Amino acid sequence: MIKALGYFLEIIRGSIITTRHFVVNMHFHFMKLFRIKTKRKGAVTIQYPEEKREIATRHRSLHRLMTNEDGKPRCVACMLCVTVCPSECIYVEAAEDPDLEVQKYPSTFIIDLSRCCFCGFCVEACPEDAIRMDTGQIEFAEYSREDLIYNLEKLTG
Amino acid sequence: MSETIIILIKVVCALVWLLLITLYLTWAERKESAVIQDRIGANRASILGIRIIGLFQPFADAIKMIFKEDFTPRFSRKFLHNLAPFISFFFVAITISAIPFGDVLRIGGREIKLQVMDINVGLLFVLAMLSLGIYGIILSGWSSNNRYALIGGMRGAAQLISYEVALGLSLIGLIMVYPSLNLSTIVHYQGELLFGWLPKWGVFLQPLGLLIFFIAALAETKRVPFDLPEGENEIVGFFTEYSGLKWGLFMMTDFMEVLIVSTLLTTLFFGGWQVPWLAADGFHFPWGSEWLLPHGVVVLFQVAAFNIKVFFFCWLQILIRWTYPRFRYDQVMDLGWKLLIPLSLANIVATAILLSI
Repeated sequence: MIKALGYFLEIIRGSIITTRHFVVNMHFHFMKLFRIKTKRKGAVTIQYPEEKREIATRHRSLHRLMTNEDGKPRCVACMLCVTVCPSECIYVEAAEDPDLEVQKYPSTFIIDLSRCCFCGFCVEACPEDAIRMDTGQIEFAEYSREDLIYNLEKLTG
Repeated sequence: MSETIIILIKVVCALVWLLLITLYLTWAERKESAVIQDRIGANRASILGIRIIGLFQPFADAIKMIFKEDFTPRFSRKFLHNLAPFISFFFVAITISAIPFGDVLRIGGREIKLQVMDINVGLLFVLAMLSLGIYGIILSGWSSNNRYALIGGMRGAAQLISYEVALGLSLIGLIMVYPSLNLSTIVHYQGELLFGWLPKWGVFLQPLGLLIFFIAALAETKRVPFDLPEGENEIVGFFTEYSGLKWGLFMMTDFMEVLIVSTLLTTLFFGGWQVPWLAADGFHFPWGSEWLLPHGVVVLFQVAAFNIKVFFFCWLQILIRWTYPRFRYDQVMDLGWKLLIPLSLANIVATAILLSI
């Protein structure tokens, strides 16, 4: 009986918490309705397509390949990113460059975004700082898997 | 002839009121749960880009449910499987006919009771119809020919039957205080005053009865603190094998039960359509002043008071649903048989002693 009474008191306390949330949030909602400025909003929701949250600078988003001043990719096709990639989504084909300074360049550079897990290992492995994940682009959903395979033009562009 | 037309109008009005509010209870539940959890809730449903805080959401849901595939499992007992949601829905919806929405309305020398049927044993009728709702649950669980659904139905039936006892017993004290089973008479009794100023509502005369009735009625609605029959998120419940509109009917029944419980609470314990100190000709305040009102305004006050009270209890039930976790099954049974029934019996004894003094 005493135990039941204890439960009952806890039940009352619980309902007081939710009622307080309801009343306080409704107060702020009504303040917004009457266009009165308040300290905070009634809800913490960010209404996504219209409002967007600021992405942190270190957020790992869509990849991009850096280019030199002459427009060629900075990548030297060393295959380190291919080796380190845990989901094996990078495919690089090396070709010989006539420039003795460079010697190798990627003739194809493909990232399969449908497999990529956005771990950022490729960025850390790259000795030339040729691949970065700082575009801040997070909306690249497509209707087919083929469209998620990004090639050299898409990655540098 | 004109009597028939009046009754037809009453039936249509009561059903429209019931269904419309049930429809919007789904919206209210989403919104209220969202506000409690610091969210916004459903606000996207729109017609031509106009979205008034998601007020079109129930219609969007209804359209979705109508166009979903109505799947009847091959192994089910087809007739009973189709019948079950309608039984469940019907026996809840019919109870609205005994609820008084207001006192008499006088139009053109005719007195119209704002109640579909003024049954002499209205309270018994309501309780009986609510109990018959068990048939819908047990039939849906049984006819699905799915063991999990069957067990869910059994669980539901066991829970409802055990709380039915407490529900009935908690009302006996009330019947002793207001010596009638007629719901409109009970409401009339609640218009009297206690000590000259306190309205003689059931909540002041039967506080323990109210508590027991409320808990038992919450268990009857099969919603979250007592949602063992269905257990939306993990247990497999009695309407597992239903889809589309038939599933929607079960869902509607749930919300309709919330509404019916609110109307019952209002009618039995919170004075129904009574406004404190409002008599048939206007307000008579206990401090002596008066405020006389025309008949139409008084009726309007009464219906508005009834609706406000009902909405408050709907709000309270949604709050309860979004506050508490689910009971374990043995806890539900313990609460029902070991706590509520002895308490309601004690309530009867205490009421009898107090009445005889």
